[in-house]
Amino acid sequence: MNWLPKSPKARRRLWVIVAVAPVLALAVGLSLYAMRDNVTFFFSPSEATAETAPTGRVIRLGGLVEAGSVVRGADGEVAFAITDNAATTRIVYQGDLPDLFREGQGVVTQGAFQPDRSFRATQVLAKHDENYMPREVADRLKAKGEWRPEGTPPAGAPTT
Amino acid sequence: MIVELGAFALILALALAVLQTGMAVAGRLRRSPVLAGAAEGAAVAGAVAVALSFAALIWAFAVSDFSVSNVAANSHTDKPMLYKVAAAWGSHEGSLVLWCLVLTGFGAVLTRARGLPFGLKASAVATQGLLGVLFLAFAVFTSNPFARLDPAPFQGGSLNPLLQDPALAFHPPLLYLGYVGFSVCFSLAVAALIEGRANSSFWPAWGRWVRPWALASWAFLTGGITLGAFWAYYELGWGGWWFWDPVENASFLPWLAGTALLHSAVVTERRGALAGWTTFLALLAFSFSMLGAFLVRSGVLTSVHAFAVDPERGLMLLAILGVASGSAFALFAWRAPHLKGGAMFAPVSREGALVLNNVFLTAACATVLLGTLYPLILEAIDGSAISVGPPYFALTFVPLMAVALLILPAGPLLAWKRGDLRGVGQRLAVAAGLAILIAFAGWAVFEPKKALSAAGIGLGAWLILGTLAELAERLRLFRASLPESLRRARGLPLGAWGTTLAHAGLGVFVLGAVVETGYRVEAARALAPGQTIEAGKWAVRLDEVRIVEGPNYLAEQGRLTVTLRDGGAPQSVTAERRFFPTGGQTTTEVGLDFRGLDDVYVVLGERGRTAADEPGWTVRVWWNPWARLIFLGPTIMALGGLLSLLDRRLRLGVNRKSAA
Repeated sequence: MNWLPKSPKARRRLWVIVAVAPVLALAVGLSLYAMRDNVTFFFSPSEATAETAPTGRVIRLGGLVEAGSVVRGADGEVAFAITDNAATTRIVYQGDLPDLFREGQGVVTQGAFQPDRSFRATQVLAKHDENYMPREVADRLKAKGEWRPEGTPPAGAPTT
Repeated sequence: MIVELGAFALILALALAVLQTGMAVAGRLRRSPVLAGAAEGAAVAGAVAVALSFAALIWAFAVSDFSVSNVAANSHTDKPMLYKVAAAWGSHEGSLVLWCLVLTGFGAVLTRARGLPFGLKASAVATQGLLGVLFLAFAVFTSNPFARLDPAPFQGGSLNPLLQDPALAFHPPLLYLGYVGFSVCFSLAVAALIEGRANSSFWPAWGRWVRPWALASWAFLTGGITLGAFWAYYELGWGGWWFWDPVENASFLPWLAGTALLHSAVVTERRGALAGWTTFLALLAFSFSMLGAFLVRSGVLTSVHAFAVDPERGLMLLAILGVASGSAFALFAWRAPHLKGGAMFAPVSREGALVLNNVFLTAACATVLLGTLYPLILEAIDGSAISVGPPYFALTFVPLMAVALLILPAGPLLAWKRGDLRGVGQRLAVAAGLAILIAFAGWAVFEPKKALSAAGIGLGAWLILGTLAELAERLRLFRASLPESLRRARGLPLGAWGTTLAHAGLGVFVLGAVVETGYRVEAARALAPGQTIEAGKWAVRLDEVRIVEGPNYLAEQGRLTVTLRDGGAPQSVTAERRFFPTGGQTTTEVGLDFRGLDDVYVVLGERGRTAADEPGWTVRVWWNPWARLIFLGPTIMALGGLLSLLDRRLRLGVNRKSAA
């Protein structure tokens, strides 16, 4: 193979590049492919319109659990509403709620809108901390002037 | 008084770290063994001072001194003693003192290392001292754990009850021993870049000095991550053990970099090659540790795991990361082109295989880093909030690692310098054949049929069998007589046993992870006492639920019976829902029924009504096949690392005292 470089050092460098290039290409390709479909966007109820969050697309929806909205159906189905005090979305969730789920508290749900624009959550996320406010929720509330720091619940919400 | 002494000891440690750095630099410049020796003395004294400070903090927690604001915020008189003590490192301030203790403690052990040339040692001690200055100053000036509270409250605010768990009491110390252990590799790398000799004997010796530190840190980090995953598995009650959460990734990045370092350091030690790359990885591993500290404590990323979060302190940590890593990588960019290339090797050789291992590990590391930081990058660019979920990591990290694991068993069989691929193929043929058979068996046995999971089972078996084939080759098992093999087994260095254990442990983990992820069965239903829920081949009956009182909580305790669906093998489990009046938090105690390698995982949910409108409880059941292997595998890996650490050939570099 006379096209190979003469110097052993250059030859070794060539081999390293030959080994590195496909792995790097594989990593970049996989990352780009995975990024396209597996990045979940976050919305607050007033931002999640039919254009931004079409039916069936997996998104995260976050806000405050509206006081008095939690309805526990038979067989573990839970319905509740989350609000950013500008708009409200009804969430239907099948499964166990996190231990820290409470009315008036911030939550993030992951799921997709149904054709009737109700939101079916596959996951309800809460951190293991009693004063937790998801950062996205806090940011949106701050932007809307609805932010009450130090976990004080919004006016009218019962303190459980 | 003891608290004030603790605060004083911490400030003293900072002063000693400044002294250590100054004297080590002066000693190096003037080539004065007296000054360098004094710097080493300061390093040891600094470690003692931090240890005293940490002891004072633990004492304050043990006696519930609520005049200390950190104790008042994180402890409670009703808490069991173990968790009072563990609360000392359960908060941001306390865990930072633990971080500093490990940093200075490892630094003190470094001063006892024998055989290091004068310049290299002085430079390493100076670098370690500088890291100590940065973190101790951070602790003293922004996160004083001994700040007093006036007036002192009568009762504390308690520690998050989820953290009141034996696994989590020991998880941070182990994790930090790993995280911060890499600081010594970092310091040795910086020192090598400064001293960087061109003579051919320098880099093999340097590789030998770095390896024990990399090994010890890696083994501790492996243990710490495993303990954390185990805690998440049985304490959170979500049925999973790894969520690709930013905080988890933050501990995984240094692990990946450390694993790459471990392997490239072997090449540097044996062959003097890859010197630049190994120093780069040594810098990278600790930089990832610091990045992890920043991500976890600043709250810039939304995580499911709680931590004391403070953006301002996060900024300070970012500054520390920038100063330490920035200057180290700048030094690297300046000096690396002057490093000597080392011995030559053919592409197919042990060195070549280790290079390939490093290529895959760093590529996988980069995809995890990208997935972790991408939300930050995107938010900075266009302000949209996103999260990158587990599917991203399943599509990027998993295939890359799968290819890497596929070629792993061949590596240890290849000779140094120039390997014989055909010979390796012949020696692994039996193992490969068996692994393919096992993959088909897995496809046939497990329901539902999944080709990818079956391939994963084959991969796990291939790792174990291939590693054992290599061991058999070394012992000349089945070829020589049994006594001859036994003699060879005795003669085999501990390092070789360690490698075998670690690689086989990885295979055990792959088997567990693949089978648990691919074939787990989940079921949930509201049950009234006496009713049964089925999950796969298991039936779980809710016998009764009663109220029990714990030391600092009230609990609904469910007694359940797990049986095989077609009858037999009844086993009783208890699952609890605990309510902690202090803080008003509810936690889940999972009921775990160990069935051989499988777990039947039972969670008692909220009180509600069943389908027939009787009062009942939501019961969630997971059948997690082979879940035991997920935690057994990494434990074997960590043991392999510790075994290698005991190898005489490595200990020549360090003192007899163990690295911890």
